[in-house]
Amino acid sequence: MIPLYARRRAVNLFASSLMFAATCIGLFFLAWILWTTLKLGMTAMHWDLFLKDTPAPGNGGYGLRNAFVGSLILMGIALLIGVPVGLMAGTWLAEYGGRSRMANLVRFVNDIMLSAPSIEIGLFTYAIMVDPMGHFSAISGGVALSILMIPIIVRTTDEMLKLVGGEMREAAIALGAPMWKVITHITWKGARAGILTGILISLARISGETAPLLFTALNNQFFSTKLGAPIANLPVVIFQFAMSPYENWQQMAWAGAFVAIVFILTISVCSRLILQSAVKRS
Amino acid sequence: MANSEAPEPARGRRVIVLQADFLFHKLAVLMATVVGITLLAAVAAIGYDSWPAIKTFGVLGFLTSSQWDPVSRHFGAYPFIVGTLVSSTIAMLLAVPVSFGVAVFISELAPGWMRQPVSAAVEMLAAVPSIVYGLWGLLVFAPAFANVEPWINDHLGVIPGIGRLFQGPPMGIGMLTAGIVLAIMILPYISSIMRDVFIATPVQLKESAYAMGATTWEVARNVLLPYTRTAVAGGIFLGLGRALGETMAVTFVIGNSDNLSASLLMPGATIPSVIANEFTEATSKLYISSLIYLGLVLIAITLIVQVLAVLLLGSLRRRPGGAA
Repeated sequence: MIPLYARRRAVNLFASSLMFAATCIGLFFLAWILWTTLKLGMTAMHWDLFLKDTPAPGNGGYGLRNAFVGSLILMGIALLIGVPVGLMAGTWLAEYGGRSRMANLVRFVNDIMLSAPSIEIGLFTYAIMVDPMGHFSAISGGVALSILMIPIIVRTTDEMLKLVGGEMREAAIALGAPMWKVITHITWKGARAGILTGILISLARISGETAPLLFTALNNQFFSTKLGAPIANLPVVIFQFAMSPYENWQQMAWAGAFVAIVFILTISVCSRLILQSAVKRS
Repeated sequence: MANSEAPEPARGRRVIVLQADFLFHKLAVLMATVVGITLLAAVAAIGYDSWPAIKTFGVLGFLTSSQWDPVSRHFGAYPFIVGTLVSSTIAMLLAVPVSFGVAVFISELAPGWMRQPVSAAVEMLAAVPSIVYGLWGLLVFAPAFANVEPWINDHLGVIPGIGRLFQGPPMGIGMLTAGIVLAIMILPYISSIMRDVFIATPVQLKESAYAMGATTWEVARNVLLPYTRTAVAGGIFLGLGRALGETMAVTFVIGNSDNLSASLLMPGATIPSVIANEFTEATSKLYISSLIYLGLVLIAITLIVQVLAVLLLGSLRRRPGGAA
């Protein structure tokens, strides 16, 4: 064999093995993280988690009920704010703005916000809500999460609406339908699966967010549903419990992480199924 | 139409329809404007809240002072800026080559049936919340890594010059641990963009190189990488932006010390980690304002990186199901 060819083959074999190894490294860490969370989370599972509130430091209680309820409330507020704003802004981009300079500027800002570190969003919400109000509150936590959620919804809505064919719009306009009816009845319906996927992805993204809640919703050792007061929530409770020296608190942190991961994976699978069934139907 | 009463109700409805149309349009414009000004509003609001600290310490004085002392009420950002840059640099040094390997493996080497599951699995790394990375990093990875650190001491620590970076007590937590955890976290972001653009490279380009007898490695190096370099650079900057701003995972494993140390095995702190750690304990107005000022510095750093990422990625828009 020609030496040059042999050398090239050897280099290729070496590089290919490195690439294979790189993939194995990635999968190894994924397996390690998921396996630990599943193992330690499952062993820490107990009905009390869902029925009792977080115990005081040092005593052996067990429970995360207030944190679960608080997280659901925060996500609810975020959805109530994030979905209308994101949906309408995305609709404007796709249906009215098009390729205009203003629309491209909004897209640019939205892209920046999409990858903005969540701690910056937390500080922003602290500055506009917590600081003027003078205290931490559930509502400001919900607002912080909605600011994280909006760019994702705007992006997917914009892209999904652009995929709806022009013929459908033109047919509706030719029948005399006004623009808002064309959008709500024709294009939104055509892009329904994609828009819903975007909303689900944004929900998965915010469900594990911790940093922005530290400056807004904070935490609450007790059960609370008051929007004007600090509220317990899963991510901050995990943070607090993981850093603690108490055995039962660390166990609860793992149980919380397990629930969070199961929640996120369920949402991701659902969104994939929705998208797939929509592709099959069309 | 010329008949007497018939058009009247029709015209009445027309007005209502037009108003609904008008309102819908204006509502959409309003929401788009809200989205368009959030960035400016965020910078303005955070700037406003950091004003007391800016007035007290100035800009250069804050950036270059390494004294962070809540008791004497003097705050300087230098150790945290260095910590942020160092941990992100470690993360990039580890994550970029591995991401490249993963992307080429998926797009060129893996058999067809393997591509989808492997991509999905790697992207799942992006779905794991950062709090779980932190929990795993602190309670599982750091203790395991502490067993490796004596080896690092003995082998890397003796290299002249850079050896100093790898000398220190085997605590498990520290700058290097934070860099490694960050690398795992940003791996899916960089690799999914690389994979997408590698797969989207025109088949004719790849096939002609293969037809000339090029090996997979030569195609990756001499065809794929030059053809996609703008988007690849964009993906790298996107990952860097993530690493710079990552908060929870770093807070768990970096050790949170405001002393700068030459060794990567020693604890340190980053801008996000010090904010997350001290914000709720900050007692004085100036303390809180200084922490928010740190946030303003972080925004300045990440904005440059993010703008570069968005501009380099340009028309390449990430897919809704992707890691972005």
